[in-house]
Amino acid sequence: MVLLLFIIILMAGGVVAWIASRFNETVGKIIALLTVSADLALSIMVWLNRQAYLDSSQDQWMMRFNAEWIPTFGISVSFALDGLSLLMIMLTFFLGVLAVLTSWKEIEYRTGFYYFNLLWVLAGITGVFLTMDLFLFYFFWEVMLIPMYFLIGVWGHENKTYAAYKFFIFTQASGLLMLLAILSLYFIHGSANGTYTFNYFELLNTTYSPEVGRLLMLGFLAAFVVKLPVVPFHTWLPDAHSQAPTAGSLILAGLLLKTGAYGLLRFVVPFFPEASLELAPVAMLFGVIGILYGAILAFSQTDFKRLVAYTSVSHMGFVILGVFAFNELAWQGVVMQMITHGISTGALFILAGSLYERIHTRDITSMGGFWARMPFMAVIALIFSMASLGLPGLGNFVAEFLTLLGSWSANRTLTIFAAIGLVGATAYSLRIMQKIYYGEARMDPHRSSHSQDLGTREKLIFIPMVLLIVWLGVYPQVFIDTAKRPVNDGLKLSEQKIRKSFEAREAVLNQKGGAHE
Amino acid sequence: MKAIPVEAGLILAGTLFMLGLISVLIRRNIIFMLISVEIMLNAAGLAFIVAGARWGQPDGQVMFIFILTMAAAEVSVGLALILQLYHQLQTLDGDAANKMKG
Amino acid sequence: MEKYLWLVPALPFAGALILILGSGKLTKGISGFIGAGSVGLSAAISLVLGLQFLREPATVIQQQLWSWFSVGGLSTNFALHLDALSMVFIFVITFVGFLIHLYSIEFMHDDDGFTRFFAYLNLFVCSMLILVLADNLVLMYLGWEGVGLCSYLLIGFWYKEEKNGYAARKAFIITRVGDTAMAIGLFMLFQTFGTLTIQEILNLAPQRLPMGSETGTIIAFLLLGGAVGKSAQLPLQTWLPDAMAGPSPVSALIHAATMVTAGVYLITRTFPLFELAPLAQNWVGIIGAVTLLIAGFSALTQFDLKRVLAYSTISQIGYMFLALGVGAYSSAIFHFMIHAFFKALLFLGAGAVIMVLHHEHDMFKMGGLKDKLPVIFWTFLIGAGSLAALPFITAGFYSKDQILWMALASEKGNIWFFLAALIGAFVTAIYTFRMVFLTFYGEEKTHVGHPVGALITIPLVILGILSFAAGFIELPHTLGHFTLFSDYMTAVVPATELSPGIESTEWLIQLSAAVLCLAGVGIAYFFYMKRTDLRAELKSSMIVTNRFWYSGWGFDQVYDFVFVKPYVYLSSINKNDIIDAFYKGIVSVSNFFHDAFARTQNGVMRWYIMGIVVGAIFVLSIGLLFQ
Repeated sequence: MVLLLFIIILMAGGVVAWIASRFNETVGKIIALLTVSADLALSIMVWLNRQAYLDSSQDQWMMRFNAEWIPTFGISVSFALDGLSLLMIMLTFFLGVLAVLTSWKEIEYRTGFYYFNLLWVLAGITGVFLTMDLFLFYFFWEVMLIPMYFLIGVWGHENKTYAAYKFFIFTQASGLLMLLAILSLYFIHGSANGTYTFNYFELLNTTYSPEVGRLLMLGFLAAFVVKLPVVPFHTWLPDAHSQAPTAGSLILAGLLLKTGAYGLLRFVVPFFPEASLELAPVAMLFGVIGILYGAILAFSQTDFKRLVAYTSVSHMGFVILGVFAFNELAWQGVVMQMITHGISTGALFILAGSLYERIHTRDITSMGGFWARMPFMAVIALIFSMASLGLPGLGNFVAEFLTLLGSWSANRTLTIFAAIGLVGATAYSLRIMQKIYYGEARMDPHRSSHSQDLGTREKLIFIPMVLLIVWLGVYPQVFIDTAKRPVNDGLKLSEQKIRKSFEAREAVLNQKGGAHE
Repeated sequence: MKAIPVEAGLILAGTLFMLGLISVLIRRNIIFMLISVEIMLNAAGLAFIVAGARWGQPDGQVMFIFILTMAAAEVSVGLALILQLYHQLQTLDGDAANKMKG
Repeated sequence: MEKYLWLVPALPFAGALILILGSGKLTKGISGFIGAGSVGLSAAISLVLGLQFLREPATVIQQQLWSWFSVGGLSTNFALHLDALSMVFIFVITFVGFLIHLYSIEFMHDDDGFTRFFAYLNLFVCSMLILVLADNLVLMYLGWEGVGLCSYLLIGFWYKEEKNGYAARKAFIITRVGDTAMAIGLFMLFQTFGTLTIQEILNLAPQRLPMGSETGTIIAFLLLGGAVGKSAQLPLQTWLPDAMAGPSPVSALIHAATMVTAGVYLITRTFPLFELAPLAQNWVGIIGAVTLLIAGFSALTQFDLKRVLAYSTISQIGYMFLALGVGAYSSAIFHFMIHAFFKALLFLGAGAVIMVLHHEHDMFKMGGLKDKLPVIFWTFLIGAGSLAALPFITAGFYSKDQILWMALASEKGNIWFFLAALIGAFVTAIYTFRMVFLTFYGEEKTHVGHPVGALITIPLVILGILSFAAGFIELPHTLGHFTLFSDYMTAVVPATELSPGIESTEWLIQLSAAVLCLAGVGIAYFFYMKRTDLRAELKSSMIVTNRFWYSGWGFDQVYDFVFVKPYVYLSSINKNDIIDAFYKGIVSVSNFFHDAFARTQNGVMRWYIMGIVVGAIFVLSIGLLFQ
């Protein structure tokens, strides 16, 4: 029931905030803030009670919720929560609270509709992380898409329409391929077993020939690699990120990308372990290409938000590298990467937003020397650019180290290239510091006259982020433990499936061999 | 009474149809275009009559009555449109009505 | 006392934290007090610990703080490991660090970023302490990257100048290249041993890695890659001379006492791995030998006082690497310690000189400071004597002489190593005294500002005494045979195995080193004191070599051409993302068709009717043709 509540609170809160804003905008904002905070509190409460789940030896699920919806077609309202989704929704609500706070002053028109969209995106994301019914999954996948389209298209920067279209077409087109794969899976399962259902757990047991498996996997993969994004499907991302309002970029980078990674872990690998294993070298290669390509492109960007967007491309390369390395180290690294990247990149986007509020530009070539004027912000920027280059002691290091350590045993050559990406990360991260905070002040004084250091509201945003990224860096064990069961079970399940189909094929071969004799 | 050969009837219908079609294409006055369309409709009706006579079936005549009614409806709508067109553009030149250019 | 070990790195860290949080609110006095005080307390604790180790060198103190992360067979802790080796390092780091902090209070007094400066310094000391105290390689990597970060911050401390920022970035990126090699080494180590705890790896190494095995060699080379990055050895040495952009105390801290010796520490700490990979160990020696020569010759031609010292640092660390390469671990560590004393002294002295001359770095514009700044002069002279290894009286002589001797006498040594070291010693003497003569003798060329205060002179005097006296704890066979330091080090590293029957030549080698050293001083005296007129002639006759040496043997230019320019070019031509062109292509193709079809919609009714007619004819003819 709690699981349903997470989503209902957000959806209802969105509607109420919209209506309330028609009378008083501040009330609308406060309602939005309270809604997300309530969800955050609720999820933290669930997390605090995780011990029983960690100790129990049953399956990986902490909570489940099931209700019939359209029984004729085997569609149900089915939610389940395990350690992985718990971490993800906690991240969602955490960043959600920050997103509301960053929008506080930035959004000046149609405020009510804005918060409605913001909360509905969050609801969609929460749904994606929780639902265990593929039909519902697709539904939520679209729910997070459309409000996001409005967030970019209505409240974005100068080139918002183009960016919104691009975002929509990329994600929608790839989403349709996933729908196709979901439906095929539904029919294949139905015709084989007689029960037509969209239930995740039922569909896990579907068997199909390797060729079909490969095709279906590509369908799912299409949606997830575009969301992740993997080079060469990444080009919607720099536009969408740089044109979206600050909270939009925060949610895009911090959460929407993670749904792609989550989809890989939750659907692609458990559904199609064999096909994934076959694809692994190629996928890892694309991951490495993404790491290097993103790092190189980030280096030459002059638009701060675009630069950060390309760093996301680079960081998400680690995710796909790790997922297809198929071992516990790498998968834990991926989970950590999802969390830490959400925080560190989110923080960089908020910084970009704060700078934009002050000097009305995102062009880093016209900035410089801000350390003297805004030392507090400079320290924050320093911390997060260090996080993005993977400095030990901050969360991203643990993530990248584990991912690389895991992928080393899967593929050495690619891991070496991925590690070279760390040097690239150093180059672009230091460039951020150099161009914005170091050097002489380049901006003419009357344009930058409003550039005061961070205010209380902004400090309230950044300080929790800093604390969290340091916590993730020096004591990540609590998070690793939470994700341990899903990671291990997922790996074990895939391994079993591969072994079973391998044995089946062997038996067929033996029979044929026997027939010949 | 000697039956008129089918070929002759069809040739007449075809000629009428072509006449109508060509005049639709070359006329600029929209009333003439409407008249030409009527000619084409009647040509098609004639073809139905001829075919009905050839096979000794009533279907051809049924179809002709259909066409008649439809033509009547079409003319009334068409004339109304022409009136509107004249109101709007102060001309009966069909080419002037090219506002739908893509 | 043992249970307070964690305070050694924690105190500077706490200091840094207070300074960061309180920046803008703390007065300079309080900032300086917190900064220097926290490191001073650390130094006191390590001094007490040090006394315990002197009595009982084989002591090992393990302290488990908390579990960092443990995943799938890898379990990493925040755990400290103190043995005789790390003891030497923490003593030097905290003690020299403390002196540098004291010095900085006066040196940085008029700077706006006073609090920030001490925050960085403390963080630096803390990272370095974690590096040497780490019980596992991941934690060591934390310290390793931490010093990288702090060096970046400190080199770019005066951030307003573009070139300082550039030097800082250069230092961070180049050392990061080495770090990446080291990280890959960690992956291999984990795959081979299933653990990253240093002691476990060292215990397992002989079983898992046969002598000279391929894996072992690759691992050793990768670790060496990390070491050359941080220790500014060939081929990653180019960041260090530029790193002089930072304030002088920073140069003293980074280039004398701490960061650059991290590589020496790493190799010594993992020496069993290198022993199992003779090829890699030999390369340690080769890199050391080549680096010490290259850097020595570059130092000859510099005119920025601090750049001379920078190149001399690279060169001296080359000596340590050479010693490690021939298996003389104790000698390397001994030289590290002595070097830390005299190089910190020299940098601090140089900083003081530069300060009183109003930020004049050029030695040719200095001169005549001998009588104006007697304390600085005499301490600087002691430091210089130690660097040049003036025979018998300076500490540098005893440490360097040992390396010279080992380069030849060790089983792994050879005549080439020895010759390189010998020539290096000769060059060192020349450039050191060139520096002394140019700076302190001759006539005064720049106005001398107000003299320096006690907080600057006291550290100089203490370091001066150490640079002079610390050598006597380890005397060679021929001169008293007093082996306090190497006895102490046998607790962690084995004594060097000597080639048979070579002992008798030791005095010959000492003599030749002593003679060459004095000859070097003589040459410097001749050219820079006696016949200054010959200098221009010499310079013009060797102008090409001179330029080549001055630029650090052209490494910067080559790297710029091979790595930096192509990267920047590649990045800038692709700024708009070539892949996006593909998607934009799809868009323009569909736009093209849109335009083409839209044109048929021209609003002329006749055109539409023609369309219908043509279509009808087309369909009918197809129907007739294929009926």
